[in-house]
Amino acid sequence: MTGGRPHPFRKVLIANRGEIAVRIIRTLRELGIGSVAVYSEADAAAPHVRLADEAVLLGPGPVGKSYLDRERLFWAARETGAEAIHPGYGFFSENAGFARECAENGLVWIGPPPEAIEQMGIKTEARKLMEEAGVPVVPGTITPLGSAGEALHTARSIGFPVAFKTSGGGGGKGFHVAYGEHDAIASFEQSRIEGERFFANGDVYIEKYLEDPRHVEVQVLADTHGNVVHLFERDCTVQRRHQKLIEESPAPTVDAHTRAKICEIAVEAARAVGYTSAGTVEGLLVGDRFYFLEMNTRLQVEHPVTELVTGIDLVREQLLVAMGEKLAFRQEDVVLRGHAIECRINAEAAHKGFMPWPGLITAYREPAGPGVRVDSGVELGFKVPSFYDSLLAKVAVWDTSRERATARMLRALSEFELEGPASLVPFHRAFLASRQWADAETGRDLLLDADWLAATEPPAVEPPAAAPPAPAPTAPPTPDGG
Amino acid sequence: MATIRCPIPGTFYRRSSPEAPPFKEAGDAVAVGDVIGLVEVMKTFHEIKADQAGTVVAYLIDSEDPVDAGQDVMELA
Repeated sequence: MTGGRPHPFRKVLIANRGEIAVRIIRTLRELGIGSVAVYSEADAAAPHVRLADEAVLLGPGPVGKSYLDRERLFWAARETGAEAIHPGYGFFSENAGFARECAENGLVWIGPPPEAIEQMGIKTEARKLMEEAGVPVVPGTITPLGSAGEALHTARSIGFPVAFKTSGGGGGKGFHVAYGEHDAIASFEQSRIEGERFFANGDVYIEKYLEDPRHVEVQVLADTHGNVVHLFERDCTVQRRHQKLIEESPAPTVDAHTRAKICEIAVEAARAVGYTSAGTVEGLLVGDRFYFLEMNTRLQVEHPVTELVTGIDLVREQLLVAMGEKLAFRQEDVVLRGHAIECRINAEAAHKGFMPWPGLITAYREPAGPGVRVDSGVELGFKVPSFYDSLLAKVAVWDTSRERATARMLRALSEFELEGPASLVPFHRAFLASRQWADAETGRDLLLDADWLAATEPPAVEPPAAAPPAPAPTAPPTPDGG
Repeated sequence: MATIRCPIPGTFYRRSSPEAPPFKEAGDAVAVGDVIGLVEVMKTFHEIKADQAGTVVAYLIDSEDPVDAGQDVMELA
């Protein structure tokens, strides 16, 4: 991160849990680097604790007393002699203050410079920076709206529908769409209130709302010697509550011309903030028009699809970059081959509005076989805690075409046994078998169709029969990892 | 004894935010559909609503305590 001569790590602490902690431990072992896991009391029996070379208990289950306890994390690093911290995604991964504290504690932060995290973290700042760098953004304002009157006036000039967003927002909170003058002021006020409540920032800005866009993002990788490359794009259009469920690479509606264009935009965006390490430039695609949305300054949940189509281990590259090494390949060496799909296996009941439902895992068998990769943080007998994100595992497949990759994913999902908590396996089986998926449509009609979702209910009864019906869920207050 | 059960597992809260008053206190009337608690599960929050009417005797669970699906959380008279 600081440049200078390459300095190989001997030991790295992973400030995370679940599947991403396991993922990072695996690459550390391949590189001959010692791994230190951290865990909460609720995660004492989790696979990442067992797989690491060493493990340190942080505290009780709630994140404020464990995974988000800075002092305890730095203490764990000191006690074990770790030289660097990998934040994974979520938790401290996009926290510039924490990145600086790592340096103050004599630890290498495995991620981008804190300044780049800050510039991209404030969405209005990021928009301004991108506009100045010539990167297209969704039409809208880059300064916060001063009043409801200004909100209405600006909405008229941009043209309805418009979206109000909060400056520090994410995960769907603070995001409200106005379809006409009748709901413009109410939507603006709603965003402002949620911004104040969830992010302690009542700044609201406005954007043109794009109907049924595709969510396309470009993976970039940069070293501390000025080299920036892209690793092509991912399509993450299939989402619920603004959180991704299925990701694929390449994007099915992106042609070679558009691909070249958006990948170039991503590299420019990364250069504009002096980026290093792995990062993702997210945008919305309508037809062949790409609009910058935000940059995620961390490794993303869906990074395996990029690894499958390029053959590049993104976690290994992050570690090498943090050790001061130059990228060992140039842009022209990065080749996109075949097609990869990832399904997120969350502990959620799609047939109940994606209600999260943790619990003891009473049956568990992961799929395997040709072209199948499973990244998971759970196993048989593990009690999935209610304190954390609902992601249990990710199934990723590779094949020579989208059609073949889809068939392979359906085969893999049919092998996946998971009982106890709710799981999205039945949802993914239904979605990937749909005409909408086959035709590379966005599938929003299915995700909004309560009857279609209800039909994905697995035959076995999972919740106790004594329990009354579950209430409809609300969006989470914090964004997930990507 | 009439009780209200929590339909979902997670962490139970008696109030909507640390500064807010409890949803219900002993002696309060409860109507069907009244919010009597909040459950946090996997970073989502869910309102727990009364499925029967009555008068609050007491909460049977503290704020921030873990709750299982089907667990009694409030006693009604």
